[in-house]
This record gives sequence, structure tokens and C-alpha cells, in this order.
Amino acid sequence: MAAGSSPNVIAKYLPVYFILLFIAAIEFFVAFRITNIPALLTLLLGLAICGAALALMYFMHLVNERRALFYSLIPATIFVLLMMNMIWSDSFRLLHMKPFAH
Amino acid sequence: MSETVVHGHGAYMEESPYAIPSRKLTMWLFIISDAVTFGALLFAYGYLRVASSDWPTPFKFGPSIINVMIMTFVLITSSLTMLGAVDSAKLGDKAKTSRFLWSTILLGAIFAGLHIREWIGMIGEGVRLFQNPWGSSLFGATFFSITGLHLLHVVSGIIAIMVVARKFNNGRLTAGHVEATGLYWHFVDLVWMFVVPLIYLLNIQH
Repeated sequence: MAAGSSPNVIAKYLPVYFILLFIAAIEFFVAFRITNIPALLTLLLGLAICGAALALMYFMHLVNERRALFYSLIPATIFVLLMMNMIWSDSFRLLHMKPFAH
Repeated sequence: MSETVVHGHGAYMEESPYAIPSRKLTMWLFIISDAVTFGALLFAYGYLRVASSDWPTPFKFGPSIINVMIMTFVLITSSLTMLGAVDSAKLGDKAKTSRFLWSTILLGAIFAGLHIREWIGMIGEGVRLFQNPWGSSLFGATFFSITGLHLLHVVSGIIAIMVVARKFNNGRLTAGHVEATGLYWHFVDLVWMFVVPLIYLLNIQH
């Protein structure tokens, strides 16, 4: 490493950093504004996924890796997570069938 | 000769799959498996929440949500310092790498401390694994298990970064090791981005 001033290594990540903070700020803001849970859940999940995608691509440098790595890892993971949605029918069944807790 | 050819996964002189070192590929595979683990836990939490008619919503703006805001800021900032460490390590600047790594450790420790403080507050209010003063008895189990697993990842990450910081400074580990540890730390931050809205923000006391 040559003597002298070293480059500012985090400068190029600052835009993504501030976007992530902004997304978090929006999440906190809407959480107190929206009382309808399904709507709030949809919005919060959407924002979380956007934040996660930015962190994945730019903080974890997936955008700089070979495309094959992205296609090997991400679609299968998303598929597994989406398949977990099969549980909701049972969840709603439990809610409506069992006596209300006091 | 590139590191990927000499130290890569395939046979000698054979390029590594995806042109990355085995260490990095292994970390990515671990991250994927851990992501699915957290996903399963969060789905289980969602399942129980939907199935309960009396799920508690105990998180007030002060102190809980303020605490979570600070924790989120601290963790995202720690990801930034970790990026600085990784890039400094690739440039061979040991002093700068060390400073960024220890900054990450400090921020991680602050996060863990705030988290434990929040747990103490919740326990003080009467929340236990299978009871609480407000509603469904499973609230505590889901809250402590999900946040506890995340806290365990944070603490393990802090220990790992400490080891990497020492050994990179001594020349016993390379920039590749710093990068792999960095991937793990960013994953821990990524999980928190889902824990906050699902566990905390959906259960705000209006």
C-alpha cells in the first residue's frame, strides 16, 4: 500500500446507506399512520424487500458477481420462502374454529 | 496466477464455480440456509399471530420503538463500517481495516446492549416465554425466540469479527476472510430489516 492518503472506501456506498435509512424511516412513519393491518403488512413487507434487495446487491456485492451465482442462489430461496405461504389456510382455520381466548 | 485457480474449489488449474473462492461460496450457501431458517421462524410467528384472536400489541413509541429505531440505525451503520473494512482489506491497508472492523464490533456491541436492555424491560413488564399480562400466551415465545436467534447471530458475528480483526492484523488471515465475514454481517443486518416490521411495527400500541 503506497504511502499518502488512502481513498475514501465507504463514499461509494453512502447513497445506498442513506436509502436504507430512508426506507427504515418510512417504515416507522407508516407504522403509526396506518391502522389497517393487512395494508400495513403489505406496505412494510414491500419496503423490507426493497431494502433487503439493495443490501443484497450492493452491500453484499451480488451485483458484481457472476450472474450465474445470483441465479443459483436467489430464485430457489425465493421459491422456498413463497412455498411457506401454504400455511395460511390452516392459520385462518384455527382462528375461526377455536373458541376465543379470554 | 489468480487465487481462484490455485485455491479454488475445482481441481488444480480448474476455475472455481462462479469464479469465487470456496470460502465465499460456502458463506453464501450458509447465508441462504440461514435465511430460510429465519423465514420459517417468521412464517411460524405469522401463523400464530393470525390464528390468535388476542395477540398483544404492546410496543409503545417510548421506549420500545425509539429503542428499535436506534438499534436499526446502529446496525445499518455497522454494515457501512464493515464495507469499509472489506474494501480497505482488499487495498491492503491493515490500519484502516482494523479501525473499520473495530468500529463494526463497537456498533454491534451497542446493538446487543440495547437489545438486552429491551428484553429486560419486557421481562420487567411481565412477559415470559409462555405468559404475558396482555393476551396470547405465545407472544413471548415468538418474540424471544426470533429476537433471541437474531441476537445470537449478532453476538457470534461480533466474536468472529474480533478474531478476523486480530488475525488479519497479524497477517494470518487474508482479505478474503474479511470479505466472507462481511457477507455474514450484512446478512445479520438484512434479517433485522424483516424482524423490525413483522415483530415490532405490526404490534405497535395505538
